[in-house]
Amino acid sequence: MSFEPKIVAFLCNWCSYAGADLAGVSRAKCAPNVMSIRLMCSGGLEPAFVLKAFKEGADGVLVCGCNLGDCHYIDGNYKTLMRMTLLKKLTRQLGIEEPRIRLQWVCASCAEDFVSAVNKITEDVRALGPYRQNKVEVGSGSAIS
Amino acid sequence: MSSLKGKPDEDIKIGVYVCHCGHNIASTVNVEEVAQHAKGLENVSVARDYLYMCSSKGQNLIRQDIMQLGINRVVVAACSPRLYEQTFQNVLRESGLNPYLLQIANIREQCAWCHEHGPLATEKANRLVSGAIKRVIHHSSIEEQTVPIFPATLVIGGGIAGIQAALEIANSQQIVYLVEREPSIGGHMAQFDKTFPTLDCSACILTPKMNEVARSPYIRLMTYSEVVDVSGYVGNFTVKVRRKARYIDEDKCVGCGICIEKCPWSTDSEFDADLGLRKAVYTPFPQAIPNIPVIDRERCVYFLKGKCKACEKFCEAQAVNFQQEDLYIDLQVGAIIVATGYDVFDPTPISQYGYGNLPNVFTSLEFERLCSPSGPTAGQLKLADGREPKSLAVVHCVGSRDQNFNAYCSRVCCMHSLKYSHLFKEKTGGEVYQIYIDMRCAGKAYEEFYERVQGEHVNFIRGKLASITPDMSDSVDEEKLVLTCEDTLLGNIINVTVDMVVLGVALKPRSDSEKVAQILRLGRSRDGFFMERHPKLDPVATMSEGIFIVGCCQGPKDIPDTVAQASAAAARALAMVVRGKMDTGAITASIDENICSACKVCSALCPYGAIFFDETSNVSRVNRILCKGCNVCGAACPSGAISTRNFSETQILAEIEGVLV
Ligand SMILES: Cc1cc2nc3c(=O)[nH]c(=O)nc-3n(C[C@H](O)[C@H](O)[C@H](O)COP(=O)(O)OP(=O)(O)OC[C@H]3O[C@@H](n4cnc5c(N)ncnc54)[C@H](O)[C@@H]3O)c2cc1C
Ligand code: SF4
Ligand code: SF4
Ligand code: FES
Repeated sequence: MSFEPKIVAFLCNWCSYAGADLAGVSRAKCAPNVMSIRLMCSGGLEPAFVLKAFKEGADGVLVCGCNLGDCHYIDGNYKTLMRMTLLKKLTRQLGIEEPRIRLQWVCASCAEDFVSAVNKITEDVRALGPYRQNKVEVGSGSAIS
Repeated sequence: MSSLKGKPDEDIKIGVYVCHCGHNIASTVNVEEVAQHAKGLENVSVARDYLYMCSSKGQNLIRQDIMQLGINRVVVAACSPRLYEQTFQNVLRESGLNPYLLQIANIREQCAWCHEHGPLATEKANRLVSGAIKRVIHHSSIEEQTVPIFPATLVIGGGIAGIQAALEIANSQQIVYLVEREPSIGGHMAQFDKTFPTLDCSACILTPKMNEVARSPYIRLMTYSEVVDVSGYVGNFTVKVRRKARYIDEDKCVGCGICIEKCPWSTDSEFDADLGLRKAVYTPFPQAIPNIPVIDRERCVYFLKGKCKACEKFCEAQAVNFQQEDLYIDLQVGAIIVATGYDVFDPTPISQYGYGNLPNVFTSLEFERLCSPSGPTAGQLKLADGREPKSLAVVHCVGSRDQNFNAYCSRVCCMHSLKYSHLFKEKTGGEVYQIYIDMRCAGKAYEEFYERVQGEHVNFIRGKLASITPDMSDSVDEEKLVLTCEDTLLGNIINVTVDMVVLGVALKPRSDSEKVAQILRLGRSRDGFFMERHPKLDPVATMSEGIFIVGCCQGPKDIPDTVAQASAAAARALAMVVRGKMDTGAITASIDENICSACKVCSALCPYGAIFFDETSNVSRVNRILCKGCNVCGAACPSGAISTRNFSETQILAEIEGVLV
């Protein structure tokens, strides 16, 4: 059987989740490999969530927030932006290839941005193949048990 | 409240309800299979699929299971939680379960509707449902918070915005404190002669409202007063007001005005834009509310030199009291409406326009006073030498739409400039030139007003004014002004010679708006005006819960928009005050004080200032009323001490596990 990537997406409640809903409402088809998890704000994404996803067998992680300047909590997504930059440094060291983690701003009416982000990360990860977590031991910290 | 972390001790019994949504879900996802899959999962007591879960029959299935099977956690696999989460929360509430013991798996919008029919869609639905099941195990009851609202509202600023807001609230028989800095309410509108586009006399529409304020038993008017400190938060603010000494006893004064008549000392009248005079004891204008004079300490000769007291001698009511001192009083209020208005731009820095040097160059506000029958010239237009002007140029956008001063459009200047054409023609029959960049007349009946003025033989010159200089040519013996501007329609430089110039100056944030913002913890946008919560969807609320902004302190606007905004804010304040309490979100952060290491990372990040540091116990704490539940703090806490209700780390990690099994 061909490889079907498993990808976890973290979506903020106000724009990204609404944008992803809109993709469905407009019947825009996207790859069925991405499972969304709703957060209130992308700025509430704990780095542990991303590491946990890889530890539990995810092949990729998509993080979505409102467009910069549109965060429902003023500037939460600027914090996301900084946090993701740091996190990517860490994950690179852990041997998680760059394309497996993707940050995408999705506004509430930007269904297409969501669909293309889903399709893009699915294709990228499919090309990379499954993420084998035994490559590196991640998640030894207490927060990601 | 049960703990947010870890599994509660109780026996967990989950009911899972998979919706067909007619064919909407069932035609893509095999819903029976999803229910079957759920049945096999840990802690699941019952799993059902049903045609329409949101129908009353569907809701009853959940109710019955809660009552009869003792279900204590509910997962609904259906449409987006953005649509029906509240409906299903109510089902739990009505069945005696805490509404937060629910989790929705979105298998419609984010599964059935965006994928093709087949095993992959069903597999994804299974994963989403597993995630919800794993997550809901860690859900616990959340007390929904309400804060009591103290039944009084403070309005700061008594221009048309503050007057309107105060009256709306008072008309609902609720207490309002109206604090105005000047000796009288009225604001800028009291200074105008006529108002566009209808050309109603400004005083005729404003004075009745001012009198209504004075009469209302629900309005506690404090003029010549300022808010100096605000503490507390929504529902219960404590406000310190400085009531400046008036040196006239408000209870004794009968408003006869004899003191003003007898005072031998005069000074420039601020109300008349310094074009006229007032006494050292004065009311700013005849219709002032309250009609109680103020002795201006800075100008009163008794205060300056220790001798005079003419007013005291003549006041039969014995209301003059030179011993009066500033009073500080504390008010308790539940909501605050800020209506501090605007300042006008001082065009002196644009030296090429000659304002301040050329006596016949006026600002728009000065022109308003010259037109006013109660103004310094009793409404007659006069030049510095006393002649009546025969020609006028009105210059638009002075200090507005200009990168050197204010980038924004002041919104009312095109309209008041057109108003001046009409007033000038009416009063003198003379020639009028409008020098404009773009004509912006967006508003009900505004374009029609523009057309009306066009029909009154006004010369419109589209262009930017370069300079105003005195006319030096020998042929004239009267003083004239030459305006040099680039006509952008004709593409050449033209000179216009007139007797009088009015500069349509920008509306600016109040010079003390930074201080006011600090006292009230308000944000300011780049232009310096107070910042609204949302530019489109919530233009009257602010990021500080319970504090609203109305009128020109939020941005330049005309009187109709100001009044509409003031009524809107009053409705918002009333909604809080009348109900006596306000729901604050249930989804809020909490800090485990046993884990907090006192680093204060969280409080620095919180966009709402909801985290304060408790010095005595040396831990950070969340104010649940201010917190909005973004979890920005939780994501940053290096000790893992913070957990956001219903979005806790444990819950999210469990969901991650679930979707990946
Ligand atoms: C020259 C000119 C002509 C205009 N003509 C028209 C017109 O014809 N038609 C029209 O629709 N609009 C017109 N406008 C716009 C109009 O002035 C405003 O829409 C309106 O006045 C806004 O009311 P406001 O209550 O927000 O502000 P303001 O009128 O500025 O009132 C604010 C009040 O708050 C008080 N205050 C300020 N700071 C404090 C403080 N810290 N504590 C306590 N009190 C404080 C002030 O003393 C003042 O009384 C004109 C504007 C200008 C500049
Ligand atoms: S970030 Fe965490 S440890 Fe630091 S003060 Fe806040 S709650 Fe305490
Ligand atoms: S969850 Fe957001 S709003 Fe609440 S305390 Fe934390 S940072 Fe502030
Ligand atoms: S709410 Fe969407 S990023 Fe903050």
